[in-house]
Amino acid sequence: MMRIAVPLRSFAQRFAFVLLLACAVAIMLVGKADPLTFERARTEVTDLVTPLLDAIAQPVATAARVVDEAEQLFALRDENARLREENARLKQWQSAALNLQSENDQLRELLAYQPKDAVRYITARVVGDRGGAFVRSILINEGSDGGVKKGQAALVSDGLLGRVASVGENSARVLLITDLNSRIPVMVQETRIRAVLAGDNSQTPRLVFLSANATVKKGQRIVTSGHGDAFPPGLPVGEITEVGEAGVRVRAFASEDRLRFIRLVDFGRDGILTPPSAGVSE
Amino acid sequence: MQMTLLQRLDLYLRFSLPVALTILLAILGVVPLHAPSYAPVAPMLVLASLYYWAIYRPQMMPLILVFLVGLFHDILIGGPLGVNALAYLAAYGLVAGQRRVFLGKSFGVVWWGFMLVAGAVEALRWILISALGGTVLDPLPGFFTYVSSVGVYPLLSLLFSSVHKLIPMPEH
Repeated sequence: MMRIAVPLRSFAQRFAFVLLLACAVAIMLVGKADPLTFERARTEVTDLVTPLLDAIAQPVATAARVVDEAEQLFALRDENARLREENARLKQWQSAALNLQSENDQLRELLAYQPKDAVRYITARVVGDRGGAFVRSILINEGSDGGVKKGQAALVSDGLLGRVASVGENSARVLLITDLNSRIPVMVQETRIRAVLAGDNSQTPRLVFLSANATVKKGQRIVTSGHGDAFPPGLPVGEITEVGEAGVRVRAFASEDRLRFIRLVDFGRDGILTPPSAGVSE
Repeated sequence: MQMTLLQRLDLYLRFSLPVALTILLAILGVVPLHAPSYAPVAPMLVLASLYYWAIYRPQMMPLILVFLVGLFHDILIGGPLGVNALAYLAAYGLVAGQRRVFLGKSFGVVWWGFMLVAGAVEALRWILISALGGTVLDPLPGFFTYVSSVGVYPLLSLLFSSVHKLIPMPEH
């Protein structure tokens, strides 16, 4: 047993030390049994800190941007060539999308199909990054005052980033899809096979609850299935990178680095997703 | 000699510097730096601060505040509540109890002590978060965090010792 000496000499202090350790353990167990117990305390603290974080985060972001732009100056020519090529390719996609859109419209007309509520996007700034090695969530500067609700999907331009886990008045926490506690109902886009995407703190979350005879292949796209909560179906999530004994792994399209702004999808319970402006898929 | 109100206020402010600095470091620790792959390996700033004050001025950092700083940090990073509170308390109690080992020793000895404590704290976090999550997490990110923390400690130590100079010694 380690000797707890000088500053913890008195009995009262030793008692306080042990008592506080016990408190910490108790809080952990209660929080594990019912995560909602401390939700109010959590949101109040984050509401309090968010304006401060917001104020600090902006000059830091500006400095980072200056460095970024200086780096980009050196790569202008290459970047330009790459963008021209990409632009040419996207133009083809655009015409394909327009064709599909008009075909889709005609088919909907034939079916007398009624589109439901449109989707609304909320844009928020990331003010708190992932803290520490074993936690994957971020803090944003919009809360219930800005229309943020628990369960909303969080997107970056490339795809699904996570979902809103808790909401304060002017802050909210987004649990990233790679987090240990993240479970997202998804499907394989090509085959419509349903599964759950389960994070485990690694870069590549796992597909679980795949039916036994389902066949999946490397390179297949994974999108949200829209089952369960207020998630719209069809949001791009990632691509299968590994199929093996160790399970099926998915590489997310959304990068968790350099997050500055994210979009939250405000999606009525019975709504349907209107195609996002960037979403041209096969 | 009686102190004026202003002098007393000044003294209280100086005495609260260690706690204020630790809270500030907790907040700064989550500011997005927009650097690729930085966040998962970000150093343990709060632990470095607690370690320093546990050795040099434990009177300025009562246990209850260590506990509260830990809870605050848990909330700030959105992790399971109580993990950092427990880890910081245990580390602080241990270091404050053994502070004679480090007091008046060369910086190398203090740094070596931090290596041990930071390793123990990161291992404890890994065990607790794995247990609460009901799975075995990949310990590698924790190792990177540990290495970056140990690497940054000398710089932080400079910051702490310059703040330390602002705090008058107690009169006895």
